[in-house]
Amino acid sequence: MDVPLLIGIFPQVLLDGLILGFMYALIALGYTMVYGVLEFINFAHSEIFIVGAFVGVEILLGLKGAGWLESLPWPLVLLLLLVAAMTVSGLLAVTVERVAYRPLRSAPRLIPLISAIGVSFFLQDLIRLVESVWRNAFNLVYPTLDALNHRFELTETLDVSVKSLVVIVAALAMLWVLHMLVNRTKIGTAVRAVAEDQAAASLMGIDVNRIISLTFLIGGAMGGAAGVLFGVQYGLINPYSGFIPGLKAFTAAVLGGIGNIPGAMVGGIVLGLLEAFAASYLGLLTGGAFGAEYKDIFAFSVLILILVFRPKGLLGEIVRERA
Amino acid sequence: MTRAALAIGLIAASAWAVATFPRSVLVFLLFQGSLLHAYLAPIPRWLRVALLAAALLVLMPVIGAYNGYYLEVATQVGIFVALALGLNIVVGLAGLLDLGYVAFFAVGAYSWAIFGSPHANLIFGGGFPLAAGWFWAFLVVGLLVAAGAGVLLGLPVLRLRGDYLAIVTLGFGEVIRVLANNLDKPINITNGPKGITPISRPPVPFDVSYAEAFYFLVLAIVGVVILVNRRLEDSHVGRAWEAIREDELAAQAMGVPLVRSKLLAFACGASFAGVMGVVFSAKQVFINPESFTFLESIGVLAMVILGGMGSIPGAVVGATVVTVLNLQVLKGLSLWLNELKNAGVTVFGLSLADLPTQLEPAKYERMIFGMILVLMMIFRPQGIFPVRRRARELAGKS
Repeated sequence: MDVPLLIGIFPQVLLDGLILGFMYALIALGYTMVYGVLEFINFAHSEIFIVGAFVGVEILLGLKGAGWLESLPWPLVLLLLLVAAMTVSGLLAVTVERVAYRPLRSAPRLIPLISAIGVSFFLQDLIRLVESVWRNAFNLVYPTLDALNHRFELTETLDVSVKSLVVIVAALAMLWVLHMLVNRTKIGTAVRAVAEDQAAASLMGIDVNRIISLTFLIGGAMGGAAGVLFGVQYGLINPYSGFIPGLKAFTAAVLGGIGNIPGAMVGGIVLGLLEAFAASYLGLLTGGAFGAEYKDIFAFSVLILILVFRPKGLLGEIVRERA
Repeated sequence: MTRAALAIGLIAASAWAVATFPRSVLVFLLFQGSLLHAYLAPIPRWLRVALLAAALLVLMPVIGAYNGYYLEVATQVGIFVALALGLNIVVGLAGLLDLGYVAFFAVGAYSWAIFGSPHANLIFGGGFPLAAGWFWAFLVVGLLVAAGAGVLLGLPVLRLRGDYLAIVTLGFGEVIRVLANNLDKPINITNGPKGITPISRPPVPFDVSYAEAFYFLVLAIVGVVILVNRRLEDSHVGRAWEAIREDELAAQAMGVPLVRSKLLAFACGASFAGVMGVVFSAKQVFINPESFTFLESIGVLAMVILGGMGSIPGAVVGATVVTVLNLQVLKGLSLWLNELKNAGVTVFGLSLADLPTQLEPAKYERMIFGMILVLMMIFRPQGIFPVRRRARELAGKS
């Protein structure tokens, strides 16, 4: 075993894990907020996330086609991408709720879940259909912004690219805004009230349906933003590439305690770190017998272990069964 | 009397039509429709059984002689009927949403694929493939291994609430697929993404072709599965499952052993998939992890939901509709659309030739499955052939 190598790559793996973790945290927020309010797993959230990535790539390709990509300052471009993706994904999430979930709100709990799986599958192929007609492509590559690809060499073995910093800063900023929104505003109080007890909230004059739509809007917008960051960071997307990150973000939400907003952040970061370390060290520690391809198994095993030994997650409260 | 004549006439006429126009998909659909009609028509029970038996045992192989593809379709339908019936126990009767069902199918398929092909030589030295006769023993092995996998998965996760259970089973399905994809090292067990081939086929008696032999084998297994399902439904185990589905707490208070009943449901459902996995691997001669994706699990779920959760005829009809839709209707539509395009047909002044080539209905099965799931949940959650008790539950009245 090459111990110096193991230690040498440590800071880089830590950094990669953090970036991945913030991504998971942003997506996990969508799952956790919806679960907190409706006790329902929004299975289609992974597609709402990847729609954000597609909105981003379409705008970038459009700008590139018009020749503006190089002349505009990159923070402006990035802001444009984020705002557009958050708008589209947020509205899509609200539409999905209105069409496929609201009619089922009083049904037994597996019914809306099955509907959500259906929406997820439908959206995957809808994106594929649109993209294949429009661009005749399955995989889309994010056009690179030179300024974002610039790397700072911190030490011999550790370097940070501008885009990684952007991902971390953007994720932190959005988590902070969300935290303020939920805990310091009147709307946030209404959201928490609906999550606590729908009937009581409506007796207090809160329009429950509007708050639920709002929850989907916020969760979807966070997912859309995560989609853009995902595209900027990893470069290649296709209509099915939202599925696995979505599943892992759900794992992160459960890990942190589903329904709990700070929990989703903690869970996302922990899962991102675990996965980065598993991907880099499994192969090295087992002499190449088990490599990075087992990182998905690793994430699912984490999910199963948490559900068995600490079903309420790291920060969660005890989840009640709906009577 | 007229109803009986109508049922007989419809089957005979459509079978004759299939023999006359062996390439028309529409006519074959008509034949399937006539079978459904015979099942539903108000005719004496003996006549119904006789008609269905004659159609499945005699007419179908004859039709297969005219167009071999139809026999293949019928065999595939049979495989998926068995899978749907297995999942129906887990989802429909016990109310446990299993999103990784195809994993058990994979376990069965790999158990025969490894030992029924020269591949096992890489693990155990020489002596493989096993003689073709071992296939029959492996039907039981596949059943046991899959049931074991069901128990293994069930033990840690069955205490979870329904929606968590769904995600964990989904994860399990992915784990099995990733394992199948990567266990070509350190020891080569599954041969990775390249898959395993050639897999031995069972010895065939008399002078039947492999296609016919597999058709009859699948038909026989489906028959057994339906029988087992019907007996289970009315047994005390089946009633325990339904009680759990309706209300876990109440069932527990009535003395239903929760974990044991749920484990049994998991194992039962899994065992059907395991047996069919063995048959599938022998029929295909070649398997690789691509056959066992999440898409397949959702496909089987769509079959159960479409037919009606907990309903045996529902699972049969759902599996038939979805499989035929996939194998024939969508492909037929794609071909038809292409022909129209090439012929330069115009609709509302718009030339079809200008349509993008990517518009191929056959490539969008996810969209179809998705629409089936959503539309059924919103408009008819009890399915096409609802079970009376379940229909009442879903309507929100009791």
